[in-house]
Amino acid sequence: MFPFRIPIRDWISDGVDYLVSEYAVVFDGFSEMVYFLVNNLKDGMMALHPVILIIIIAAITWYMAGWRVAVFAALGLLLSENIGLWQAFVETLALVLTAELLVMVVGLPLGVLASRRDGFNAFIRPILDLMQTMPAFVYLIPAVMFFGLGLVPGVVATFVFALPPLIRLTNLGIRQVPKELVEAADAFGATSNQKLFKVQIPVATPTIMAGVNQSIMLGLSMVVIAAMIGAGGLGADVLRGIQRLQVGQGFEAGLVVVIMAIILDRITAGFGRQQNPNE
Amino acid sequence: MSDVITVKNLFKIFGDKPERAIESLKKGKTKDQILEEDKLVVGVQNINFSVREGETFVLMGLSGSGKSTLQRLVNRLHEPTSGEIIIKGTDIVKLNEKELRDFRRNNFCGMVFQNFAILPHRTVLGNVEFGLELQGVDKEQRQEKARKIIQQVGLKGNEDSYPSQLSGGMQQRVGLARGLAVDADILLMDEAFSALDPLIRREMQDELIELQSKMKKTILFVTHDLDEAFRIGDRIAIMKDGLIVQIGSAEEIISSPADDYVRAFVEDMDRAAVLSAGTIMQPAKEIAFTGDGPRTILRKMRKHGLSGILMTDSKRDLKGYLLANELADYIQKHQKKENLTLDKSLVHEASKVDEEMALSDVINVYHESDFGPIAVVDANNRLKGVIVRGAIIAALSEGYEIDTDNVSDSEATGNEDEKQSGDKASGDKAE
Repeated sequence: MFPFRIPIRDWISDGVDYLVSEYAVVFDGFSEMVYFLVNNLKDGMMALHPVILIIIIAAITWYMAGWRVAVFAALGLLLSENIGLWQAFVETLALVLTAELLVMVVGLPLGVLASRRDGFNAFIRPILDLMQTMPAFVYLIPAVMFFGLGLVPGVVATFVFALPPLIRLTNLGIRQVPKELVEAADAFGATSNQKLFKVQIPVATPTIMAGVNQSIMLGLSMVVIAAMIGAGGLGADVLRGIQRLQVGQGFEAGLVVVIMAIILDRITAGFGRQQNPNE
Repeated sequence: MSDVITVKNLFKIFGDKPERAIESLKKGKTKDQILEEDKLVVGVQNINFSVREGETFVLMGLSGSGKSTLQRLVNRLHEPTSGEIIIKGTDIVKLNEKELRDFRRNNFCGMVFQNFAILPHRTVLGNVEFGLELQGVDKEQRQEKARKIIQQVGLKGNEDSYPSQLSGGMQQRVGLARGLAVDADILLMDEAFSALDPLIRREMQDELIELQSKMKKTILFVTHDLDEAFRIGDRIAIMKDGLIVQIGSAEEIISSPADDYVRAFVEDMDRAAVLSAGTIMQPAKEIAFTGDGPRTILRKMRKHGLSGILMTDSKRDLKGYLLANELADYIQKHQKKENLTLDKSLVHEASKVDEEMALSDVINVYHESDFGPIAVVDANNRLKGVIVRGAIIAALSEGYEIDTDNVSDSEATGNEDEKQSGDKASGDKAE
């Protein structure tokens, strides 16, 4: 139909090549930072006796979500230890928490910005759509080119997939703050920062926490894909099980992912509730 | 009293290039025509009014009349399209963003909203201190102030409750307290009591009136409820299609509506609750003075065909009520006496009401007085006028415009005479 072909593939390939060759220092620096975070988190948790860490996690769960979930958490974690997946559990937890930390550092300000600037919101929406729907393997390869095999591209892939819900829900949460609350602050002569930090963010917190919760859940769904490029952890065990047709081994690792997901979900959901004592 | 808020030639048009609409308005197009032809929404048009210091000024209108828009223009939550908003001598339309913010902090007690708009994540105390916190008042000081106000609005003991634990009425007290806590004197209230159920609403209105008598804030109150407007407003502006149709006190609006729209509005009002003795009274046609002799008084009464007359001293201090038949008998008895003076037994106590008294209460007094004329006095017992049956009926009859001159000159006079001679006749029979 067309006498020519739009060379998207060349643009992307050239762009990636250009970034890899010219900005290697930046990517290396980022790698260092991610390694630093993940390794410290992991080493810190591994330094504790499993029972102590289990007690700590159960205590946090108890505080945020009640004793039933805490009992479940303790039993689930003991099970992980029992079936020999404790180290994998800690590795994955470290990876997910690091990715989530980055998501929050980047996502919250962008979400706030999107809520205040319609132009920025319109600009970022298609990008978020792209991040959520572009098949992960497509950006996994450039991620490996930028950061090499291993943990870092795993964190990056998780980050890319987990970022959009936080931005979206932060944006939504702030936009949904009742108009009168903002007017009330304005009528008192509030500055824009006072409005943001004393009214909009606190009132939007339950929605923002739902965004944190969703991004953690999405992050966990990436652990297997991340393991394909050497991120290790539970994903690696699932992957090994699949590759060797060891259904039982794969199931065990998958089960531990589910246990982790439930614990993290209840903790973050609990935080959304705590902020809003009305419910 | 000086004017705190003065609004001059204010327009607010929503949409692109709003100037077009102002041109159209000047050409006499209506709000609906402008919406259709220019695709612009007229918020308010050609608004002029001022609010006096310490006054409760009510903006009254149906939804879409522009009352809330007008209120939000007064603290510039909405940007005016053209016109001036002068608050304590400053035209706030000309302020830049920072100046406006400072101006709001120093002059406005924030706003009180229909749906309360209090912060759900803060306790009662946290909400009440909010305005002070924004001003940068330090914690100890602002909490002390907040606690004081919380007590004043009757929420003591609830300082640490969250809004969701409070009833609607209590939540609105928090909203009110938040405004009152700030050291400023203009309070904006937007349908503040409309979401409350009727009994609580009434209670809150009373409370506001009471608080206001102590605090003397300048209140701009928006409502769609005419009863509420008349209850709490010192003056009321009735709005329609973004215009102010009439400004006046409750009595002025009821007794002389500016047009059919206002008339239709006030028709359903409980007129007895709004009209006061002072509005429906008429000047006494003749009064007896304490220095007058019986014969002089009787002559005065005969001249006007009165069967009874009110007596005052020379300073118009009300002294009593005299009846023509008794006076005539007395004169008969003492025919031969040259310098006849008035006997004390002839002076009856006059039925009297304060000029501020509501018509509904006047009616009770009227019953107790055996339907005789009622003297209207001011706070110092000075005679201001009289109320007769005709005036009461006229005031109560729906849609009837009370024109005091008319009432006193024709109808009421007729009624009075008729009634009094009737009284006399029945009195004679009883004797």
